[in-house]
Amino acid sequence: MASGDVWILGIHMTKFGKRPDVEIDELAAEAALAALKDGGVSIADMQVLAAGNLLGGAGSIGQALQKQIGQTGIPVFNVSNACATGATALRTVMMAIKAGEADLGLAVGVEKLSGAGMLGGGGSKFNKDVWTPVGTNGAIMDLDGRVGTSGMPGVFAQVGMEYAHTYGGATFETFARISEKNHMHSTLNPFAAIQKPLTLEQIMGDIMIAYPNTRPMCSVNCDGAAAAVLVSDAKLQTLDPDQRRRAVKISASVLTSDPYDEGCQVLPNINTLTRRAAEQAYAQAGVAPEDLDLVELHDCFATAELVHYDNLMLCKPGEAVSFFESGAPFRDGRLPVNVSGGLQSKGHPIAATGIANVWEVAHHLRGEAGDRQIEGARVGLAHVIGLGSACGVHILEKAAA
Amino acid sequence: MTAVPVISSLALDPPRLVANECTACGARFFGRRAACAACFNEEFRSAELPTEGEVVAFTIVAFAAPGVPTPYVAATIDLGGTKVQANILEVEPSPEHVQLGQKVRLTTYSLGQDTQGTEAVGFGFTPIEKG
Repeated sequence: MASGDVWILGIHMTKFGKRPDVEIDELAAEAALAALKDGGVSIADMQVLAAGNLLGGAGSIGQALQKQIGQTGIPVFNVSNACATGATALRTVMMAIKAGEADLGLAVGVEKLSGAGMLGGGGSKFNKDVWTPVGTNGAIMDLDGRVGTSGMPGVFAQVGMEYAHTYGGATFETFARISEKNHMHSTLNPFAAIQKPLTLEQIMGDIMIAYPNTRPMCSVNCDGAAAAVLVSDAKLQTLDPDQRRRAVKISASVLTSDPYDEGCQVLPNINTLTRRAAEQAYAQAGVAPEDLDLVELHDCFATAELVHYDNLMLCKPGEAVSFFESGAPFRDGRLPVNVSGGLQSKGHPIAATGIANVWEVAHHLRGEAGDRQIEGARVGLAHVIGLGSACGVHILEKAAA
Repeated sequence: MTAVPVISSLALDPPRLVANECTACGARFFGRRAACAACFNEEFRSAELPTEGEVVAFTIVAFAAPGVPTPYVAATIDLGGTKVQANILEVEPSPEHVQLGQKVRLTTYSLGQDTQGTEAVGFGFTPIEKG
């Protein structure tokens, strides 16, 4: 009998990096067509499409994608949720299937960021001739750099420093060692934008962006797309044995936003909504953190990875530093984290990230991750967070048979 | 000469930060809110914040958007239980000269004049000398 479960039938990420040869919709098409092929289905089988592109200004990316791969008249949801955009597309298709409105759906995220400079901040128009208060906070000029920082590196640097202040033990070197781990992991991932091992000295000695994050401790701006085909349990049971064998179960799919918290409107609190998403996901999936075989978490900066060990409950509260120092999150450790190389080396084409990290986990569960395969992986977790904030957590499980 | 604060939550003469405080639950906000994000009450009153507090997080921004002078120290400061974001001024922008837990005090400075001679007043925090 069919359960209410939803499965990943096909999934793909493009190799992240520089793709000057293609437009945004073409890059989305590359991922979408490969995901459909991976699932053994076609665009004609899709009953719903959710797509996201955050910074490309492409307008309705879902419809632009349809013009590249097939206009079938199905409902399209164009989603935008900062760095959680890809996870939101996935969650949207998941909800359509859970609601019984579709058996098969396609989720796509795409971004072209190669050569982009500093993200975030960004000013609006101010009157330079006569100081004029603008907006809800009555600013008379751009506040970035004058009243703290609104740039991503500085915001996430403070998130790590706040953890260091609260619990102690985290230093510049701790954060740099996390980055060293991820860069080491990336050497085994042919899909990563950068596959270069870096020594601790190289990382700490590189250009400082926002203390304590140097350049290699920041996510890589690059081009990339990822797509997933989702299927209902009832539909999956009618498909070929090989499709069923490679299907990956979505045991939990959770999206949260910021609950009110003192200070969250000054320094984004990326902790509470992540912890809540993780708690809900573990409950939905009926798994505990210690059951996980691998985790892909949102290391947009090295400082962020540390706090998410704690937020995702991979360690006891306040013990993220000792969790890292125990060697647990290394690929040969007790609970490998970011074996893809993470956003610091795999790259962070923003709207693609929330599906690309699901692809990474699914790849291991299928036993298809090649040189970087985590042997015997059965359960994995993928996490993203976008400032604003939105947090997506997905727990995936290998097919039973 | 007239003066105008860089943001509306900075009050002048004497300089202090003023939050909009929810009359029901006491949650504090900088800038206008239609309703309280914590309890949805729609009434607010002004609440003056202490001018001295503690650094609970900081960063030294070395690369920023075009037009923003670097390096500078940006920090999250706890003012008697209410957090604010601001720069730390009059310190060497290096990790050796800024500390978590450091006690700081509000200060203001000129951000220049407009064509009518009105002075824009910015703010930041400076370390309070120990002893």
